[in-house]
Amino acid sequence: MSSTSPDESRTAGDSQAGSAAETMNLVEAVRHALHTEMGRDERVMVLGEDVAENGGVFRATEGLLESFGDERVVDTPLAESGIVGTAIGLAMTDMRPVAELQFMGFAYPAFDQLVSHAARMRSRSHGQYTVPMVVRAPYGGGIRAPEHHSESKEAFFVHEPGLKVVVPSTPADAKGLLIASIRDPDPVVFLEPKLVYRAFREDVPTDAYETPLGEATVKREGTDVTVYTWGAMVHPTLIAADNVADEDGIDVEVVDLRTLSPLDVETLVDSFEKTGRAVVVHEAPKTAGLGAEIAATIQEETLLHQEAPITRVAGYDVPMPLHELEDYYLPQALRIQEGIRETVSF
Amino acid sequence: MSTQNEADHHPDSAPVHGTTDPIQILDADGAVLSNAELPELSDDDLVAMYEDIKLARRFDQRAISLQRQGRIATYAPMTGQEGAQVATGYALATQDWLLPTYREHAAKYVHGMDLASLLKPLCGLREGYAIPDDVHVMPEYIPIATQVPQATGMAWGKQLQGEADTAVLCHFGDGATSEGDFHEGLNFAGVFDVPAVFVCNNNQWAISVPREHQTASETIAQKAAAYGIEGVRVDGLDPLAVYAVTRAALQKAKNPADGERRPTLIEAVQYRYGAHTTADDPSAYREEDEAEDWRQKDPLDRMRNFLTNNGLLDDDLEAEIDERIDAQLSEAIESVEAATTDPTTMFDHVYDELPPRLREQRAELESLREKYGDEAFHEVLE
Repeated sequence: MSSTSPDESRTAGDSQAGSAAETMNLVEAVRHALHTEMGRDERVMVLGEDVAENGGVFRATEGLLESFGDERVVDTPLAESGIVGTAIGLAMTDMRPVAELQFMGFAYPAFDQLVSHAARMRSRSHGQYTVPMVVRAPYGGGIRAPEHHSESKEAFFVHEPGLKVVVPSTPADAKGLLIASIRDPDPVVFLEPKLVYRAFREDVPTDAYETPLGEATVKREGTDVTVYTWGAMVHPTLIAADNVADEDGIDVEVVDLRTLSPLDVETLVDSFEKTGRAVVVHEAPKTAGLGAEIAATIQEETLLHQEAPITRVAGYDVPMPLHELEDYYLPQALRIQEGIRETVSF
Repeated sequence: MSTQNEADHHPDSAPVHGTTDPIQILDADGAVLSNAELPELSDDDLVAMYEDIKLARRFDQRAISLQRQGRIATYAPMTGQEGAQVATGYALATQDWLLPTYREHAAKYVHGMDLASLLKPLCGLREGYAIPDDVHVMPEYIPIATQVPQATGMAWGKQLQGEADTAVLCHFGDGATSEGDFHEGLNFAGVFDVPAVFVCNNNQWAISVPREHQTASETIAQKAAAYGIEGVRVDGLDPLAVYAVTRAALQKAKNPADGERRPTLIEAVQYRYGAHTTADDPSAYREEDEAEDWRQKDPLDRMRNFLTNNGLLDDDLEAEIDERIDAQLSEAIESVEAATTDPTTMFDHVYDELPPRLREQRAELESLREKYGDEAFHEVLE
């Protein structure tokens, strides 16, 4: 089987002006990335529940079966530990499995495989065996889904050394980050914010570009306060930033972390050293969420620049409520604005 | 019923359940099969069963229509499967426990939940999971197969507490038999010999994956043999057969004969006429006419024919039933649509006592509502 060496790939930043692009939403960009990588590397395969005939419950794998056949696009039995466990086995034979877990809330049966094996196969075997696997899962709330279909439990996976955790917030990033994840030599948990799946479209280059893992991006430059966020919370954060600029004259910088593990400490610290104030926004429950890790990192790295307590705008410490109350649970622009104002006025 | 081993030793006494054709009492036209024995059900019970199956079908139609109108969220239809649900519900005694999935609306109703409670979670109201003390139903299980070991544990607990007259029944689908929890739950049930009945509503499809791709086993019932318990295959579109088989399994769970193990795995062979949920389009993965063969054995039609043939149902009674069902459903829908919930209820019952930090978070939410009003939370700010 053939594969392209990493040297032949290039990052989105290298994209030539005028290179071809198509307008896509996030779920189409995921599909496009899978199609691109399956087309250039025969080892890449997709497995999961309802991914083949049905094209995935969110249509992320639609058309792959027709293009690549049922040996590489595989409907599995309904068994998450089976899906991830076999994907680990496949990866160890030099395949490049992209496993889909139908919803993040159904990832837990696979937890043992992910933390006890995928995360530490490299370290246990002193580098002899590795798990170049991607586990994709739709994640987050805001779409009036049934119970257990709206969770954001990224912290479980970020806490596990050996796993990489990626959350795109835009179609172009989704494609580039997924390609980078598939080519990455380590296991990647790739969380797709389903609120963004069809929220908007943008131009996505059609070539096989990588958006490097471990690099945050500054979505909006500002000088008064930095808001760190990712996934579906990026959009309401940008709205909140515009609103407090208009209403209060506050100049907000917004950092989209994109990769939650490994964290881009450099971008995180650089921004904080500029603004001296920080708000972290995530939809996961506040306690022991990533906000705590970000706040602690800022304190360790750059305490003397700090001008105000770091504010966390997060989900409450309760089970994700059913949809009638999810607008109260999820951070909205309203709560983000409150957090920004509080931090700036300290 | 008999165990597979016994059947092997006594070939004349009983078929080898688990690998044979499903047990039936009614033929496809609702006539009692010549070799079948009717279960002990009064005429009133038989008519009531029919009414509940009809209510379930009408509930399904109304729920799907409400979802299409945006009045409820994602709904898991049960048309084609109501007969098995209602029948297992009738087989349960009041003190027995039911662990249903998200599709067992009719089973929950028959075992004591009111229609409005069934609809509440679909309207985003968690209050629908608040089960009255005298109703032995657990809130529906949405992750797959997780209820199987819990059913074993509850049955074990009832046994330890000396409640010899109580059994536990859980439902799950064919897809669930692939999960680790199915194996672990049934294995424990066999090892600890607990009074539990495991009902697999094998509707042939786990979303888009057909039964034959779910497992290489010939039947689901035969998996029971691996756990040393009895497996039974029954026609899941034959309400009387499902009732008889479930009743016998519950009785055995409570009072096993010498050498019998208490647990039973029942495979109720049926078909999901419609979509997995309203979020799904079955035409993407299966032939529409596939349902036709199954519709020939429709549980509602079979019960109607059976009752009519036996002089238990006529047009007047049918009209009376329809009127009652529509009134019940309209009342339930009206009451649920009028129901509201307070946002701070999300902090209720998280712990026995709300920790200080959650009290702070609740107060923060309250002050934001006071300051900005509830509408502000629902606005998509641009």
